[in-house]
Amino acid sequence: MTLREVANITQAQIISGQELLDTEVISACGSDMMSDVLAHVKNQSVLVTGLINPQVVRTALMMDMKCICFVRGKIPDEKVIEIASENNIVIMATNITMFEACGKLFSRGLRGGD
Amino acid sequence: MTEIVWRFDVEGNNFELAGHASQQTKSRLKQIGVNNDIIRKVIIAMYEGEINMVIHANGGVATVTVQPNLITVVLADTGKGIENVELAMKEGYSTATTEIRELGFGAGMGLPNMKKYSDDMAIDTTVGEGTTITMKFKI
Repeated sequence: MTLREVANITQAQIISGQELLDTEVISACGSDMMSDVLAHVKNQSVLVTGLINPQVVRTALMMDMKCICFVRGKIPDEKVIEIASENNIVIMATNITMFEACGKLFSRGLRGGD
Repeated sequence: MTEIVWRFDVEGNNFELAGHASQQTKSRLKQIGVNNDIIRKVIIAMYEGEINMVIHANGGVATVTVQPNLITVVLADTGKGIENVELAMKEGYSTATTEIRELGFGAGMGLPNMKKYSDDMAIDTTVGEGTTITMKFKI
């Protein structure tokens, strides 16, 4: 699915990276623990998280992720958005919980990746 | 290619900048055409190590050496040292504060992840003097 569909499915608002919404993704990862993302994630393009500090973007960047979907109504600050924009990572934010966001994305075809 | 050496200062307790050295290393490794799977291993291990330096050791110096068949990452700090290396290597063991945990780290996965993703890892540590971690990655 495209990142535009990810946003629609999770009822998310696009915070930055509007021009990148046609990017195709096939997998995602949901976690608030960045060490776990580093340890277990391979080829996942969407990070679903409720953490909003700069380390989240850096972690996504290290793992070549295309999009971060912030859940539970969290909105990151300007610094986080700036790092994401510089590195072509789409930032979106939704009010739903991580469980719901992951469930919706999974049921519409996103997988955990290899 | 003969040998390339990059050196980065890592600032202690600066959580906004933490990961900058690893990020730089990642783009430079890409630029010189290192395979993506290798870059991934190097960067996961280096990033965990860099975070450790920022959190626990008041910063230090990260040195990356690229040779034709080997990438070596040396993370050297003059921090408080690791009291019990065996315990620190155990998955889930952590001395991190709540603040660190709120950043998404401090789950006791740092050193185990570094060992997992490097082909060889050596820890040289003295309590009160500092720690030097050397990780090697075969290309």
